[in-house]
Amino acid sequence: MSGNPVLDSALILGGVGLFFGFVIALVNQRFRVWEDPRITGVEELLPNTNCGACSQPGCRAFAEAVVTGGQQPSDCTVMSPDAIEDVAAYLGVDAGEASKRVARLLCAGGKNEAHRNADYNGFESCKAAAAVAGGGKGCTWGCLGLRDCEEVCLLDAIYMNDDELPVVIPEKCTACNDCVETCPKDLFVLMPIEQKLIVQCRNLVHGDAAEEMCSVACNACSRCVADAQPGLIEMIDNLAVIDYEKNALADPGAISRCPTNAIVWVEGQQFAEPSNRGSEELERRAV
Amino acid sequence: MVSRLLQTSGLPSFKNGVHPPENKDLTSAIPSRRLPFPAEIVLPLSQHIGRPAQALVKPGDRVERGDVIAEASGYISSFVHATAAGTVKSIEHWPHPAGAMQPSVRIEVDPHSTQLQRPRLVPHWDEVPEEQLSEEISKAGIVGLGGAAFPSHVKLRPPEDQPVDVLMVNGCECEPYLTSDHRTMLERPEHVHQGIRIVLRALGIRRAVIGIESNKPDAIEIMRDTAPGDLDISVQPLEVKYPQGAEKMLIKAVTGREVPSGKLPSAIGALVQNVATTASVALVFETGQPLIERIMTVSGRGIRQPGNWVIPFGTKLSDVIAACGGLNDDAAEIVFGGPMMGQSQASLDVPVLKATGGILVLSNDECKRQDILPCIRCGKCLEACPVFLNPQLMGALARVDRFEEMAENNLGDCMLCGCCSYVCPSNIPLSQLFAMSKIQLSRLQAA
Repeated sequence: MSGNPVLDSALILGGVGLFFGFVIALVNQRFRVWEDPRITGVEELLPNTNCGACSQPGCRAFAEAVVTGGQQPSDCTVMSPDAIEDVAAYLGVDAGEASKRVARLLCAGGKNEAHRNADYNGFESCKAAAAVAGGGKGCTWGCLGLRDCEEVCLLDAIYMNDDELPVVIPEKCTACNDCVETCPKDLFVLMPIEQKLIVQCRNLVHGDAAEEMCSVACNACSRCVADAQPGLIEMIDNLAVIDYEKNALADPGAISRCPTNAIVWVEGQQFAEPSNRGSEELERRAV
Repeated sequence: MVSRLLQTSGLPSFKNGVHPPENKDLTSAIPSRRLPFPAEIVLPLSQHIGRPAQALVKPGDRVERGDVIAEASGYISSFVHATAAGTVKSIEHWPHPAGAMQPSVRIEVDPHSTQLQRPRLVPHWDEVPEEQLSEEISKAGIVGLGGAAFPSHVKLRPPEDQPVDVLMVNGCECEPYLTSDHRTMLERPEHVHQGIRIVLRALGIRRAVIGIESNKPDAIEIMRDTAPGDLDISVQPLEVKYPQGAEKMLIKAVTGREVPSGKLPSAIGALVQNVATTASVALVFETGQPLIERIMTVSGRGIRQPGNWVIPFGTKLSDVIAACGGLNDDAAEIVFGGPMMGQSQASLDVPVLKATGGILVLSNDECKRQDILPCIRCGKCLEACPVFLNPQLMGALARVDRFEEMAENNLGDCMLCGCCSYVCPSNIPLSQLFAMSKIQLSRLQAA
């Protein structure tokens, strides 16, 4: 070699670099995997929250499914209708029609409605409290209000209101099922937004005993069964159960005589202020 | 210091465990008395491990004390009997000691009844075939009275390929405060021994060992004195250590054999029955009385008159408290069972059940609330765990909902004895987290 250490090292390093550069170039040519560039294009248009509501493990996988035709752009429940149209236009496919679903809480017994038998003084979590005497609430079916669902929600779609009940913001909710899985009392249900008639109660006790536990409990009086279209509501195990197959028959008249407000007509958000007894809808129909 | 001394006592025991203050002198010297029959009794259809029983009565039916009101709805299930004479008021959801409200039979007790049972033809235990013995025990609604309420007839029929050669009778009563098993041994030793005799016959074996902690010398003496000479029954004093009365710990202490992880004691040829269970087995074949009542300890510094009482199942907690003089002003928490493993109660309407060995009314001083601090990885919980788990790791997993990984770390072996929570200097409620994780895990597996 030249004996000049600077030149030597430059030559050696340069040679090695050149050699590996060729190898990389060769490998890139030989083993190249072609990927549809539209996948990345679609992915950029998606919200990238990786919420999983579309049943895919993430937004990238959903983009692949949309490009290959396995799913329709509207299967993403997070996007606004405009954004869905954008994706459809980008790919030149039909946007499809999927009904928006949201998580609904089947309990309205917050701290002002439901009676507490005992104080729970332990680890702040609904799951942990439920393991100790059911959590101390008189109604052992009811919401414990220790915010497991608020914490698990990736999209900040759940907040706790002054009554210590979780409120789902329909615009933010993507029906990803996380709150449904985490609630130890199984109080969340994913429902199409068109299902406006909801029984916000899971209590299986009837009559005064139910009302003693919670002022908004279903006391199984069956007035809603009589007031609704025949067959829409049935009283099963002391609880009004709505047959959503017949949702088209539902109207706010069914809630008009409910003595406890256990059955409600929900336009948009649950537990909205002031009381959402469907009076606006009734007035509109009367006119 | 006390536990160090006891460890050198030379008595057989198991590894790890803790020694909480015993607090047994509150009630250990008080003979049991019968609690007055309440105005109403409430009998949940599920008082045992396994499927709930199937109700056989309807509102308006008259029942006598000891009548069957619900039958077993499968092999691992149990019969339920009326514990007082009266009229069935309704079958409805009622607060249950386990937490959630459960379907229960409400019986309005007839205040003028003599509470005598219907006369029954009792087959002599020595004349019925072995298989029928366990059937009679099943029909009498007998379940393990040590706390788990596992139907006893299932235990009496171990798998064919795992023959049992020794019956272990559990008189440890390692939970602080509780003295009901102690009183059972002192007051009804002949029933305990008669029950052992019947269980031995049902199993077709001859050897039984009664394990009793050495803090009950009077019970050890009386059980030794009354032991029948024709059977191989020995009394083994054991070190005073919690959880000595846990099935697997007792087997380890007495035989030196260890029950493999995830297996039942029958895997190593052993079977454990509580002394109160054997005593009630004896009654079935002596008087035909099914399991309708037991001795329960009512203790703690929050109750005016602690004591041992014979209480019919289904008596409401409020009636028990009233009969014991009421609550002290500083009563803070009510627990069914012992302070280590018992269930906190949220309602005074809950009925006492077959597995309720004690009712503790704890005062403010006895259940001080302490802040939960971060884990400092001191390892005390590892030294306390009698089944050699890693509670600090599992606690960390439980707090972030990683329940499947807890199962991989042998959550199934945890019996919720509470030793880890007891020693934790950061007051982390480890056993509560594990109880929660077990519930969540079964929910995940069901889904």
